[in-house]
Amino acid sequence: MDETVAEFIKRTILKITMNELITILKAWDFLSESQLQTINFRQRKESVVQHLVRLCEEKHASLNDAALLDIIYTQFHQQQKVWDVFQMSKGPGEDVDLFDIKQFKNSFKKILQRALKNVTVSFRETKENAVWIRIAWGTQYTKPNQYKPTYVVYYSQTPYAFMSSSRLRRHAPLLGQALTVASKHHQIVKMDLRSRYLDSLKAIVFKQYQTFETHNSTTPLQERNLGLDINMDSRIIHENIVEKERVQQITQETFGDYPQPQLEFAQYKLETKFKSDLNRSILAEREEPLRCLIKFSSPHLLEALKSLAPADPQKEAKGNYTHSKLFRRIMKLVHSKDRVESIVLLLQELAYLVSQLYKIIF
Amino acid sequence: MSVLRPLDKLPSLNTATILLVGTEDALLQQLADSMLKEDCASELKVHLAKSLPLPSSVNRPRIDLIVFVVNLHSKYSLQNTEESLHHVDASFFLGKVCFLATGAGRESHCSIHRHTVVRLAHSYQSPLLYCDLEVEGFRATMAQRLVRMLQICAGHVPGVSALNLLSLLRSSEGPSLEDM
Repeated sequence: MDETVAEFIKRTILKITMNELITILKAWDFLSESQLQTINFRQRKESVVQHLVRLCEEKHASLNDAALLDIIYTQFHQQQKVWDVFQMSKGPGEDVDLFDIKQFKNSFKKILQRALKNVTVSFRETKENAVWIRIAWGTQYTKPNQYKPTYVVYYSQTPYAFMSSSRLRRHAPLLGQALTVASKHHQIVKMDLRSRYLDSLKAIVFKQYQTFETHNSTTPLQERNLGLDINMDSRIIHENIVEKERVQQITQETFGDYPQPQLEFAQYKLETKFKSDLNRSILAEREEPLRCLIKFSSPHLLEALKSLAPADPQKEAKGNYTHSKLFRRIMKLVHSKDRVESIVLLLQELAYLVSQLYKIIF
Repeated sequence: MSVLRPLDKLPSLNTATILLVGTEDALLQQLADSMLKEDCASELKVHLAKSLPLPSSVNRPRIDLIVFVVNLHSKYSLQNTEESLHHVDASFFLGKVCFLATGAGRESHCSIHRHTVVRLAHSYQSPLLYCDLEVEGFRATMAQRLVRMLQICAGHVPGVSALNLLSLLRSSEGPSLEDM
C-alpha cells in the first residue's frame, strides 16, 4: 500500500471521534467483522489508529477505499462544510431520460480526467437516490491533493445538486460542465441559497416540509404558549394578552409547529426606478435605475423571521413601516406554502421597503 | 382616547398596583418576578404593558405607580415611551411616575445618550433610576426599591406621601444649562 494512502487513511481515522468510530467503520465495510473484533477500542486513540492502519495495509487498501472512507466521514459531519445549491435545466424540447447511474459515473469521470489528468473521483450512492461524489484536485504536474476535496451531492431524480464550497472558485466551471453533461442536462445555474445544513436546503428546495413536523403538532394551542408562561404568578397581569395571543396564533398558523429549515444566507438583487407625482424628488429624476443588493444572513434565518415581534397594530394607522406592517406582509407571503417563491417575494418586498426608506430620507 | 388618571377608581383594601410599561417583555417579566419575591406587608399586583393606552378593561384596579422602562439600546423603546406618556394624566406626575433606564452598563450597545433620558425625566419632573435589568443582583435591588416606592405611592406608609417622596428624590442639580 502506498505511503500516501496509508497517511491519508490514518489522518481520516484520527478525525473521527471514538464513539463514532465503530459506526463509521461498519458503514465503510472494508474491514471484516472478525478483523474489527481483534481491535481493542478501549486503548488510547493512537494505538487503535495504528492497529487499524496495519489491518488496512494487510488488506491492501487502495486510494479509492480511502476516498470512500472520507466520503462516509463527510456524510456523518455534513455541517462542517458549507453547501451551495445548483439547479440544472434541460434545453427546450428535450425529453426526460432514464437515469443510468453507471453511465453517469463513467461520463463524469471521463470529462474530469480529460480536462485535468490528475483527479481522484469517487462515488457513493445513498438510499434516497443521491449520489455523493468526491473530487480531489491536482494539476498537470502534481498529484491530487487529498486533503482539500470537493463534494457534490446529486439527486438523480431532480435537477438539483449541492456542492461544498471548498476551493470551488477555480474548478467550478469544469465541475458544473461535467455534472451537466454527465446528467444529460443543458445548463447549470447557481441558486441564491447557501447553508451548512444540507437537510434544510433539501427541505427548501424539494419543498419537503413534512420532514420537519414533530409529533407534538396535535396538542391544542393553549397548551403550547410559546412565550407566555402558564405557571406565572397570578399577581402579574399582562395588559396586552389578547394581542399576544393573536400574534402567537398567526405565527403558529404561518410557520407551523415544527422547527424551520435552517437557512443561513440569502441574497437578492433589486433594480428599480422611481416615480413621483407632486414633489420632484431627486430619485425620480435619476436616469439610471437604483440598484440594491440585499443580503440576509443569520445563524437561523427563518426562525429569526418567525420571532419578529409585531408592534402595536394601532400604530399602523400612522402609515409608517413599523414592525407590525412588515410582520403582516411577511405572514401573508410565507402563509402561501410555496416557500422558495414566497421567500423571494418577501425579500423583494423588503427591498421595496428599503427603497421607500430612501424616499423618506431624501 | 383613554387617559390614565390616578384617582378615578377606589383603592382596594391593602392592595398596591404597579404598572410597568416597556417594549422589552422579557425584562419586564423578570422585574415583576423579582418584585413579587420581596417581603411586603401589602398585597402586590404587577401589570405589564407594552405601551399606553391600555386596552380597555373594567377590572383593572387603581394604579398607584407607573414605571416607564426605557432600554438604552433601542431607539424604538424611547419612542414608545414618549408616545405612551401622552396618555397619562398630568396629576400622575406628582410622584406616581418613575423612569427606569436599563442597559447603561454596555456602553457600546447604547444608541440613546444618557442625557436624552435625563432630559425626558426632568421635563416630566419625575425621578430617573438606572438599573441593568439583565443582571440578577441589580434587578433584585431595584425590585426592592420599587416595592418601597410603591408602598409609599399607595399610601401604605404612614407619614410619607408620594409627593414627599418626589421632593426627596429630586436631585439637587438638574441637567446643566449648556445641555438644555
